Amino acid sequence: MDATTKKQLLITATKIRMAVIEGTYNAKSGHPGGSLSIADTLAVLYFLHMRTDPANPGWQDRDRLVLSKGHTAPALYGALALSGFFPVEEIPTLRHIDSHLQGHPDMKGTPGVDMSTGSLGQGISAAVGMALAAKLDGSDRRVFAILGDGELEEGQVWEATMFAAHKKLDNLCLIIDNNHLQIDGTVEEVNSPYPIPEKFVAFGFNVITIDGHDLDQIESALTAAAGYKGKPTAIIQKSVKGKGVSFMENQVGWHGTAPNKEQYEQAMQELKAQLAKYEEA
Amino acid sequence: MAEIIKKATRDAYGESLVALAAEYPDLVVLDSDLAAATKTVMFRKAYPDRFFDCGISEQNMMGIAAGLAASGKQVFASTFAMFAAGRAFEQVRNSIGYPHLPVKIGATHAGISVGEDGATHQCCEDIALMRTIPGMTIINPADAVETAAAMRAVMKLDGPVYMRFGRLAVPVIFDDTLKFEIGKGIQIKEGNDVTIIATGLMVSEAIAAAELLENEGISARVINMATIKPLDTEIVLKAAKETRAIVTAEEHSIIGGLGGAVAETVCEALPVPVVRVGVNDVFGRSGPALDLLKLFGLSAENIADKAKQAIKMKNS
Repeated sequence: MDATTKKQLLITATKIRMAVIEGTYNAKSGHPGGSLSIADTLAVLYFLHMRTDPANPGWQDRDRLVLSKGHTAPALYGALALSGFFPVEEIPTLRHIDSHLQGHPDMKGTPGVDMSTGSLGQGISAAVGMALAAKLDGSDRRVFAILGDGELEEGQVWEATMFAAHKKLDNLCLIIDNNHLQIDGTVEEVNSPYPIPEKFVAFGFNVITIDGHDLDQIESALTAAAGYKGKPTAIIQKSVKGKGVSFMENQVGWHGTAPNKEQYEQAMQELKAQLAKYEEA
Repeated sequence: MAEIIKKATRDAYGESLVALAAEYPDLVVLDSDLAAATKTVMFRKAYPDRFFDCGISEQNMMGIAAGLAASGKQVFASTFAMFAAGRAFEQVRNSIGYPHLPVKIGATHAGISVGEDGATHQCCEDIALMRTIPGMTIINPADAVETAAAMRAVMKLDGPVYMRFGRLAVPVIFDDTLKFEIGKGIQIKEGNDVTIIATGLMVSEAIAAAELLENEGISARVINMATIKPLDTEIVLKAAKETRAIVTAEEHSIIGGLGGAVAETVCEALPVPVVRVGVNDVFGRSGPALDLLKLFGLSAENIADKAKQAIKMKNS
């Protein structure tokens, strides 16, 4: 990608991270860690790769994104708001009783949300159904599903994976956010899903492994997936839970904890510094 | 008396899918390795390009159905009641119910009339489970004719529906004059002393029970309640007011099904005795279906006994 595009995406990814902190701080709850680890991926998807129209969120031939790891909704809301699906000013209403920004994505309440998710392992099946529908329609629209690495412990993931490969749904692209951490510890400690690439290869997928914080790698993987015929693709992105906020990085405790005022200020200070750096570049 | 024709509602389900397919080009059918038993095999033969076997993975099937429905398809997802409502309960709740997607769940082999396969496959909890999901419509047709009518009606429904069908061939009660409407009970017989509200294969038993009662000089009203949710509270409360005693009859647990729904309605608005005939909070067992129905009290004789009990209660 060219330098201007990259600069814009770096700025956007940082703004998504700021939305995560802003939202969870104001909600006094939520899941910042796994939201921060997918911010770069969402920036590339919504601002470069996916075919969407924020003015027409129900457009039948749009690409779809299912956030199967639905608890990381704060990042999705950041990406959707920055894209123009709803006002950025609504971000601080996350999880409030009168807000349409639910704790987990609600397709009926929030423009741009393609599937209601939150119960792990379920989003991927819906994404498979959407990919099947696109094939039936003879449409070239694509379907993306973002899953956590801990989520791979859900048996339904493998039911869905088996079916997607069996039906050769090459319009389906899974993104596995391999940030190594789940609620009770590291994925290796709790119930190891490793080795992840080999499992997806065995299940009949085209597998691409990337650094989930390298925008060039994200984009080239998505482009490669779009061009790959006959098999669905699984992009396994190595990522850092809490990425971008120093004290949240690689900390299990930041899975489902909101920052307090002091932590909020420090996090925003760090992100603003990153933003200034990208804007000046 | 005319000869009794028997047909399983699952057969009518399979035929209806084929019949509706031409009219609805967006209709697709999913199954999970039970096509021969659920009768979606009929659709598979006629429209192989619109049939998808998900293999033995009911949870995934419900999610795929949700994704298809979210993309504008008319979807039937089919398996046994045990797996549709039981195994995949949370997928139905979260992926279909919460977003209120118009997925039609075709659940066959409901109740103990599954027969020889025994308790693991005899689902008597599905209505109770599905009733708790907000916005879920539940239809349990009494015969093949009502199945066909209900199938046509649900195509226009903008929300999830749980269609409950049986394995056993049961008497065909209705003819082409049947006016089926989702959410409306049908009064089959007038009566003043007691009302029998029945659903599914228990409707023909209810009719037989009314005849037994008639022989004893008791006038029993019979209502066919195919739609269990939303319940036709109007016809229930009218019966409560006019007959002051109700018996419910269903091939389902006495907990949380039709009996529960009727009792809840009556208790809150017009309390009269409600006696429930159903599977009495026990698991099923292997055996021939007709023998099992008798063994578990799902019979005209038991309904008639319970009707007399309800009448006694209202008079005491």
